[in-house]
Amino acid sequence: MTPLLFIEQVLNGLQFGVMLFLMAAGLTLVFGVMGLINLAHGSLYMVGAFAAAAVAGWSGSFLLALVAALAASAAAGAIVELTVIRRLYDRDHLDQVLATFALILIFSEGTRWLFGSFPLFLDIPDWLSGPVTLPGGIEYPLYRLAIIAVGLSIATGLFWLIARTRLGIRIRAGESDREMIAALGVDISRLYTIVFALGAALAGLAGAMVGAIQSVQVGMGEPVLILAFVVIVIGGIGSIKGALVGALLVGLTDTLGGLLLPEAFKLFMETSDATATGSALASMLIYILMAVVLVWRPRGLFGGAT
Amino acid sequence: MKLTTFVAAACIAALGGAAFAEDGALKVGMITTLSGGGAGLGIDTRDGFLLAAKLAGGDKLDIVVEDDQRKPDIAVQLADKMIQSEKVDILTGIVWSNLAMAVVPAATAQGKFYLSTNAAPSALAGKGCHQNYFSVSYQNDNLHEAAGAYVKDAGYSKPFILAPNYPAGQDSLTGFKRLYGGELSGEVYTQLGQTDYAAEIAQIRASDADSIFFFLPGGMGISFLKQYADSGLELPVVGPAFSFDQGILQAVGDAALGVINTSQWNKDIDNPANARFVEEFQAEYGRLPSLYAAQGYDTANLLLSAMDSADISDADAFRAALKSADFDSVRGDFAFAANNHPIQDIYVREVIKEGDVYTNKIVGVALEDHANVYVDECKM
Repeated sequence: MTPLLFIEQVLNGLQFGVMLFLMAAGLTLVFGVMGLINLAHGSLYMVGAFAAAAVAGWSGSFLLALVAALAASAAAGAIVELTVIRRLYDRDHLDQVLATFALILIFSEGTRWLFGSFPLFLDIPDWLSGPVTLPGGIEYPLYRLAIIAVGLSIATGLFWLIARTRLGIRIRAGESDREMIAALGVDISRLYTIVFALGAALAGLAGAMVGAIQSVQVGMGEPVLILAFVVIVIGGIGSIKGALVGALLVGLTDTLGGLLLPEAFKLFMETSDATATGSALASMLIYILMAVVLVWRPRGLFGGAT
Repeated sequence: MKLTTFVAAACIAALGGAAFAEDGALKVGMITTLSGGGAGLGIDTRDGFLLAAKLAGGDKLDIVVEDDQRKPDIAVQLADKMIQSEKVDILTGIVWSNLAMAVVPAATAQGKFYLSTNAAPSALAGKGCHQNYFSVSYQNDNLHEAAGAYVKDAGYSKPFILAPNYPAGQDSLTGFKRLYGGELSGEVYTQLGQTDYAAEIAQIRASDADSIFFFLPGGMGISFLKQYADSGLELPVVGPAFSFDQGILQAVGDAALGVINTSQWNKDIDNPANARFVEEFQAEYGRLPSLYAAQGYDTANLLLSAMDSADISDADAFRAALKSADFDSVRGDFAFAANNHPIQDIYVREVIKEGDVYTNKIVGVALEDHANVYVDECKM
């Protein structure tokens, strides 16, 4: 294995990590502020990807497609919050899981009705396609670099929003004491709708950006949802900083584990067996990471003390 | 699920009232995937099958279609229901090998016939074969073997091969290596359902590969090809037909152009049965047929041909009629090997663009009259 391969894989891990962060940020905000487990978060990711594919197909513009993804998923999030989620805040987690699971089924079959059962086409725009040569002679796809840049700038923006703006103060206040900020005259139900729509928009953006290099199909959100839950459990539920660190950890562990473990097994096993065993173990690695973190810090890396 | 069942029922009703056929029609239970991520395959299978039934007059087969949701437990429930309360004579339609393993042995043990429109795992071809089980599609290894033979014939000496880490993926790489037989530059198992292949592509870039063979069905293949096209690597890519089928190609776009894939069927195979199938399918459904549609169509026609020469009440005669495979296959020559799996040509196809539509054309034959390696293990 060459150093170049290793650096390329670190970049891949970073890129995977920032995508996970976009998913996990919304999930952790919604859980932290509203105390709600939202299984339908993956459906909003799918809504973003489908909206982007539809608009890109119609207009040919990738930027317009991204805007459409943001708008469609934020709108879907706001509608879902107003009609369904709002009734769940006072229920226990089991009711929330059941209701949001039902939302997954409704979103999936609804999308199939609108778009059919075959995957849709969404491609990278010409101005972002192809590889670029990085210092050191690494050829790396420009689009993945763009994803890393967009993800990191959104992370910065979110930190600024939470730490420096009035909305952020209210979100933090909502996290620590819901009843109190309602008593202080903050329109708590509007705050909830805004937070939910913001989380949905981030998921939709992730769906649209990933849709261009993966397949846009019904059910694409659920595998990512599971990883996003792993991320927020590792990072500490409700913490944006935890979501970022957790997402990068999971991204790097998954990517580098898939590369290094089979190589390590090759030292003392036959190639075929080593790849099979190494790959099997690599797919478990992030769950092992989660277990270790939870033993060490039961509330996650940046979880609250309460 | 009510909705899809209703839609399926409506389709059947629209296709000449097959669901309300008079007594005496053969009762067929079709269990296939009509919802979830793999629905495109099941829908094509169903549409091909129903088209053949319609073209045959529509009153010979009484077809019940149910959605297995790609879940083995649901498939088993449906099979039990169809056998016990619907009293079907024939079961068919399952797309996935793990579902077939859950349904087929129990159904054949109860004396029912099972005609496979797609899944044909090695476990049902060798020691686990059964006289009432027929695979009309292929044996699972076939297309991978053909790809191995092609890579060898084309003179590549260092292919990099990858497949998901599950039974069909392992069978795929085994099948490829069986007829390739040479040296590999790398062999990687990916996670099932994986959507990001940046890590694998980096490994390919770092290796000394001169070609790539991959088996990544469904959305996995779309993701891989798009990311590969964007990586700047330009090695020739070879795969089995599943990742380059009609339903999927439009979502891959230009990234698939020029890719070589192996298939036992393509729309340009030159025979009257195939020409009629492609034309009627487009007229009926407004889209080009896929491999799965062709397999569904052939399965229904095999069944209809057996009904012409034998009655289902005489199981031995009916079985012999099936085995003689006396029907006009869209693949041209078609016969069953001793273990009830096809002996057929496997073609090399290339992905091309016809107008605005991505599709395949045949560029050669990888294997002629190819059966499978499990024939000798099967003792019926």
